[in-house]
Amino acid sequence: MRLYFKFFLMNLKSQMQYKTSFFLSALGQFIVSFTTLIGILFMFQRFHQVDNFSLTEVLLCYSIVLFAFSLAECFAAGFNVFPKMIQDGRFDRILVRPRHEVFQVITLEMNLSCIGRLIQAIVIFIYAIINAEIHWSIDKIVTVFLMIICGSVIFSGIYILCAACSFFTIEGLEFINVLIYGGRDFGKYPFSIYGKPVLLFLTFVVPLALFQYYPLLYLIGHSSNRFYIFFPIVGLLFLMPCYMFWRYGIKKYRSTGS
Amino acid sequence: MKKYLAIMKIRFINSLQYRIAALAGIITQIAWSVLGVLALSAFYKSNPLTYPMGFSQSTAYIWIQQAFLPMFMLWFFEEDIFDSIKKGNIAYELVRPVNLYNRWFCQSIASRLAKGVLRCIPVLIIGFLVPAPYGLMLPPSFIQFLLFLISMTIGLFVIIAFCMLVYISTFYLLSPTGMKTILVFFADFLAGSTIPLPFFPDKILSVIKILPFASMQNMPLRIYSGNIAGIEALNGILLQIFWFFMLTLVGKLWMQKATKTVIIQGG
Repeated sequence: MRLYFKFFLMNLKSQMQYKTSFFLSALGQFIVSFTTLIGILFMFQRFHQVDNFSLTEVLLCYSIVLFAFSLAECFAAGFNVFPKMIQDGRFDRILVRPRHEVFQVITLEMNLSCIGRLIQAIVIFIYAIINAEIHWSIDKIVTVFLMIICGSVIFSGIYILCAACSFFTIEGLEFINVLIYGGRDFGKYPFSIYGKPVLLFLTFVVPLALFQYYPLLYLIGHSSNRFYIFFPIVGLLFLMPCYMFWRYGIKKYRSTGS
Repeated sequence: MKKYLAIMKIRFINSLQYRIAALAGIITQIAWSVLGVLALSAFYKSNPLTYPMGFSQSTAYIWIQQAFLPMFMLWFFEEDIFDSIKKGNIAYELVRPVNLYNRWFCQSIASRLAKGVLRCIPVLIIGFLVPAPYGLMLPPSFIQFLLFLISMTIGLFVIIAFCMLVYISTFYLLSPTGMKTILVFFADFLAGSTIPLPFFPDKILSVIKILPFASMQNMPLRIYSGNIAGIEALNGILLQIFWFFMLTLVGKLWMQKATKTVIIQGG
């Protein structure tokens, strides 16, 4: 853990060398998700509600997804550029070092400019909890906490899955990105609005709904089922197949030789 | 004219190489269309009276938008144009007997067309197979279809003329990333890529619809779906032509100024 912190500082320092560039890309990230926010506001000005969710409830949902996503994007960015690591042989160096390779991939590359997105997530989140009529109690605070943490772990799991594919293809497999960016862009609304089949897929195959939809129902009082609090933890099971696929990929891995 | 056609042909064939990337794109676009349509239908169900266009019109909008995404999206740039400015290869380009503005323009048309052609057909087929009102319908009449084709062509020109301004700004900014992202995502939003323009609040819409951004994807998509028809469509196309000339004029003048004072970077 201390080593991780050291790597974190290293990344921070190296990205701070180019201050203007860093702040501009952080601002860029901010603006990009800002347009999504305006989109939601415009839609609600016209429709007032969707599938029994009000604006503040949707904003709460969106901010939690954005929060989880930007944490994952920040700390699992190594997996995002993983195909490059294989192509230029950096991964071979990783394999001969006496640390776990997942740890090294994570520490080698951190994308801290996602702080722009993170700030926005926090602002929307604060706005939403002030305006939503939630009766706060310990279990609801735990729910929010679990949603964010487990959400970012599940997003990271998809990143790992995506990276593991490049063991076989050398190039990145873009279409798994559908899950990541689809999860972010369409996760702004509770997943139930897309209908039953989509919700089932996101519950049992790629468990994004486990951290987004079910706990949200409990959080905003649409359901009093206390089991929903722990659904995000169940979603962590998703990491197992991802990690197994990753191990399998490493076994089959052959260096590109550069 | 011949040399520009040659440039376009080279680019077109080059871009057709990336078939795996195209496959990934197709899957993404199909997923995006389906989810986009489902989201709209949820809004439609919760309040059908305030829905600003026909429901099947809006689904057609989404399907066509996704099918031709590489032609419509603003944030798709030719990376080698940025590279040639940053690394100084532009020196070679400037001594060639080809107008640089026109060259870049043709290059952009060709790679967008190639990407669009590779990707549109599967998305369109799936769109037509999905049952009404969620699927893609045919345009209301043949004339409307012709208007759509004209409008899409001019829309593509407007988009590229806008991208040219971003390229030219690189002469001054050198690192285009930050500015580029901010500008382009706002423009893309105003063009109607996040939500179609009819869903904007009416007051804002009355201003936005005369901006150049509304002449990009908004006009052809709404003409296809029949949301804009007849005289209104013709007026829309005239507005598109106006913006195309304006943006090209600004671009060409700016380019002249920029290339006169340009500092070649590196060697």
